[in-house]
Amino acid sequence: MAIADKPQYNVIGTRPIRHDGVDKVTGRAMYGADFRMAGLLHGVIVRSPYAHARIKRIDTAKAAALPGVRAVVTSDDLPQHGARQVDLGEGAVSMRHLAANVLTDDKVLYRGHAVAAVAADNVHIAEEAARLVKVEYEPLPPVLDVRAAMQPDAPILNDDVRTVFAGAPEVNADQPTNIAKHLLFEKGNPQEGFAGADLVFEREFDTTMVHQGYIEPHNATALWNADGKVTVWMSTQGSFTAREQTAELLRLPVSSVKVVPMEIGGGFGGKISVYLPPVAALLSRKSGRPVKVIMSRADVFEATGPTPGSHIRLKLGVTKDGKLNAAEAWVAFEAGAYPGSPVGMACMCVFACYDIPHARVEGFDVCVNKPRTNAYRAPGSTQVAFAIETVVDEICTELGVDPVELRLRNASRKGTQRVDGPTFARIGMEETVEAIKASSHYMSLAPQSRSPDKQCGRGVASGFWFNAGLKSSVTATVNADGTVSLIEGSTDIGGTRTSIAMQLAETLGITAEDVHPTVADTEGIGYTDVTGGSRVTFSTGIAAVRAAEDICSILADRAAALWDVPADQTKYENGGVTGPDGKRISFKELAGKLHLVGGPVTGSGISGEESQSGAFGTHCVDVEVDTETGKVQILRYTIAQDAGTAIHPSYVEGQMQGGVVQGIGWALNEEYWYDEQGMRNATFLDYRMPTCYDVPMIETIIVEVPASNHPYGVRGVGEVPICPPPAAIANAIYQATGVRMRQLPMSPPRLLAELLKS
Amino acid sequence: MSNKHVISLELNGDAVEFLCEPRQTLLEVLRDILHLTGTKEGCSNGNCGACTVLFNGRPVVSCLVLAMECEDAKIRTIEGVACDGALDEIQNAFLEGAALQCGICTPGFIVQAQALLDENPNPSEDEIRFYLAGNLCRCTGYDKIVRAVQAAAEQRRAATTAG
Amino acid sequence: MHSFEYSAPHSLSDAVSLLAQAEGNARPLAGGTDLIDQMQTGRFRPALVIDIKKLPELNVLEFDGDGLHLGAAVPCYRIYGEPRIVQEYSALADACHIIGGVQIQSRASVGGNLCNSGPAADSTPAMIALSAICVIAGPGETRQVPVEEFCTAPGENVLRRGEILAEILFPPRPANSGSHYRRFIPRNEMDIAVVGVGAFVELEDDGQTIKTARIGLGAVAPTPLLAEDLSASLSGKPATDSTFVSAGEAARQIITPITDMRGTAEYRKQITGVLVQRVLATATARARGEPSEYKPGK
Repeated sequence: MAIADKPQYNVIGTRPIRHDGVDKVTGRAMYGADFRMAGLLHGVIVRSPYAHARIKRIDTAKAAALPGVRAVVTSDDLPQHGARQVDLGEGAVSMRHLAANVLTDDKVLYRGHAVAAVAADNVHIAEEAARLVKVEYEPLPPVLDVRAAMQPDAPILNDDVRTVFAGAPEVNADQPTNIAKHLLFEKGNPQEGFAGADLVFEREFDTTMVHQGYIEPHNATALWNADGKVTVWMSTQGSFTAREQTAELLRLPVSSVKVVPMEIGGGFGGKISVYLPPVAALLSRKSGRPVKVIMSRADVFEATGPTPGSHIRLKLGVTKDGKLNAAEAWVAFEAGAYPGSPVGMACMCVFACYDIPHARVEGFDVCVNKPRTNAYRAPGSTQVAFAIETVVDEICTELGVDPVELRLRNASRKGTQRVDGPTFARIGMEETVEAIKASSHYMSLAPQSRSPDKQCGRGVASGFWFNAGLKSSVTATVNADGTVSLIEGSTDIGGTRTSIAMQLAETLGITAEDVHPTVADTEGIGYTDVTGGSRVTFSTGIAAVRAAEDICSILADRAAALWDVPADQTKYENGGVTGPDGKRISFKELAGKLHLVGGPVTGSGISGEESQSGAFGTHCVDVEVDTETGKVQILRYTIAQDAGTAIHPSYVEGQMQGGVVQGIGWALNEEYWYDEQGMRNATFLDYRMPTCYDVPMIETIIVEVPASNHPYGVRGVGEVPICPPPAAIANAIYQATGVRMRQLPMSPPRLLAELLKS
Repeated sequence: MSNKHVISLELNGDAVEFLCEPRQTLLEVLRDILHLTGTKEGCSNGNCGACTVLFNGRPVVSCLVLAMECEDAKIRTIEGVACDGALDEIQNAFLEGAALQCGICTPGFIVQAQALLDENPNPSEDEIRFYLAGNLCRCTGYDKIVRAVQAAAEQRRAATTAG
Repeated sequence: MHSFEYSAPHSLSDAVSLLAQAEGNARPLAGGTDLIDQMQTGRFRPALVIDIKKLPELNVLEFDGDGLHLGAAVPCYRIYGEPRIVQEYSALADACHIIGGVQIQSRASVGGNLCNSGPAADSTPAMIALSAICVIAGPGETRQVPVEEFCTAPGENVLRRGEILAEILFPPRPANSGSHYRRFIPRNEMDIAVVGVGAFVELEDDGQTIKTARIGLGAVAPTPLLAEDLSASLSGKPATDSTFVSAGEAARQIITPITDMRGTAEYRKQITGVLVQRVLATATARARGEPSEYKPGK
């Protein structure tokens, strides 16, 4: 559903077959674990069985003596970092923390924490050797709950952590603490705002830690060559950030490390931090051989970067006529073992869907004895969307206003100021609500219960994600047969080779099939930020458009030379060059003649946009609740989302559908199940991600409100679809049963307990 | 110290022999000895389906099969799905229907879908979803995968009727 | 995985002697879907793995006057693929249809499921409901053990050193009887039972009164349970919802569930009551030859 008069495009909006498709349906595509080379050794990491313990001694002698073992490393082999802080693109981080998360030194802070590593002739010998590494621990009391960790008498994880105050007043700034950050945003006068409200709702919410759940485990193969150069073949969302992190951790010049990005089997934010490359590199240096390390599934759950559990208090004030007047939130996020949760983003997102004059939000980044958390699809936004969108639903019930109408009445629009300061450009929040309102789903009768123990309900919720801009590089070369080879640095997780190639093709006036995209390694293309933040189709797309424009301008010159006319009299348009006296040469024809007029043509483009326009989505879901077991079935699901301009609609729909199903998993069953010893459900059997038998078809409505800061109006689409599902499902559960759920996941035992109370 | 054994089997229609240890799974042998890396490792405990192959025509997770068990077996992997360079209907349907994003689960889904359509040429949506429940995909939300299997089934039936 | 030897004997007696000679340091391999995972994670490290799945005695699937002879290594897909089992031993087919996914069902056997002796094994409550008998081969005489007496603790059972579960015998189905197994799981597939319930119901000729009933319960005690007194108490009762509801209530009283990541003890108690009621209703419908609305997981 297009909102504005959409320009006519030739390539954009079509659905070509992706360029890497055949390789991926035949098993030929090479993922990180598929890489091999002569002399390859296999590495295994020795991990902590404790959630919190001091390491008294590590004895590697027996492991090293096992035949077939070629190297053993511990944190002694990592360079020391002292109190060094570096900025690797996401603000200053302590190198000591980064290093200790890769191979810890004096303490283990979560079960699965890496303590040592071995490399051997095959993975079985390496596993046996890892069992022979003897680590003596002194167990310490763990702290697993975010609020408990904030108490003054809580066990302290990191002696060197002091609260960083951002906007919040300083208290006990020189004390060791688990509270790594305390931030505060405020707009208007919340006190006055609540005084001016007719109704005030204050609610508390808890969500548990969840994992991105990509199917491909982390992997890395490293070769520390005799010339001092390190090459890493790995699955990563960002080869350049992987290179920087690896180089910093090993204290090498960044140019001494080359990262070759292999195909990547899912990331969702979890394959940005580096875990294995420095360890594989150290093992390679010691053994003189290339070393491959692949995590087990349990390692992936226990020792990578899930996304935080949270405790949230949220207060909303509303007038009788349904205008949100004041809002307040208190958001505490589990950072995991080391600081760095996305609580700041959560605080920026919490009220972003609504134009609320007075608002205040406080956020806390809190260390607990769980793995260091990381980004997961719209990091921080889903937790707070669960809170605000269920309170908004309560307001609708209380005031007797349709949930769609209340959202329209309060929707953010161009000019609305977010609580953290920025003001929205043209956005599509309202349009997504309108799209749901007009959908066949919302207009249909709510589902009817089959029997007394099966109650049905319908829920609606909205969500917001900023979308990142950041930096990308693209180069493109014209081939003599009239095609273009495109080189980019954005690793392709979900079809972005094609969405980038389509933008280049559109600009050049050629077909998507005539563009051959390649993802290059860190020495084959200029710096490119991570595939994340919903940024690739937007930002790498801009770089591709600029590379195409570069080519257009060179080709116009070449045509001028060919025709022997002044360069200012030729112009590239509609897939070819036009000149004086009706002269016209197509791109294809000119490509075949370039050797006559100056030789090869290569264009390049870079982008470095600060940010892009925000993305909004509104969802509608029908559920059936088994009131005797507390189990929820998803009967029907519709998502409307503003994509700006959908470059490849199939892959836009795919992002929307995939995000929704991850959101359904988060809503209903996914959770890190902890006891004092650590996570107890570190398998795909017990960490219950949705199977295809758990979900219906996900109906999609692509809303197109073109973004003003992209040549084709693109907005990122990857992240916002995960934000609304937990709230939409909670609202549907309320309609079905009269029970308000304020905890995630809304698993059968939790829901049944609430049902029995009511 | 090694206790290696020779195993002979039929792999994607060809006679194949290899040396392996009892502790090596079929998955490990396919990937590390025979270099057929199209079969993917997602969990190694049978819960994700990424390593699905056909064992005497039945779908199995190759991470839970010892290579030693495969003596004289007929194994078909993702590399054996396309015939003589032409893609199978299921592969085509996945491409045309954009039924993959990162692609790591795709080989397992295609092999499993092949087993389904061989067994049940006209499955309902519910039957497709039940049969594919042992294959996890984290990217697509399954919508386009289910539709691709439906499209492939329809194409196969049309081809059979026409033939 | 640790290093071990593999052997695929050609006869049951060879398998028994291999197992006996290994002095407890061998494990039989049928479908392998539990054992290989347990070796991957290091829970079991046997020196010898004895592949018994090709032994003819362990692959029988035959009906005769004694009922159904089911070889311990027959994989699940052959069980639910046999129309007579679906018809006459529905609970067994129900269970086999939801053990793991289809790929697991290509290999996993009910014999393996039983010998793994997990409290939450899906096929065990179904077999208890169907009065199945384990036929155990060993160095001595072949012996028979009722399935409800087979498991002795989590992961432990009555098999003595050198013994192999060869066959499971299911008595013939009486007239006017039906059976059903279902479990509660948070997802619709691919989970371990939070609670599993199997039930067999035989009706009087009037189709309204319960003649005999037999209920097996899984994941609510250290071993799968036969609810013996409860089953007996149903004889003579009307086959109505209120009977099933009271049976559910009664079942809650006889179980001793634990709290773990798959469910709390309290929740398991609740669910046991609900499932007993639903399973009895479906088994009764089947006894009457009525269609049931059962769909796995939903």
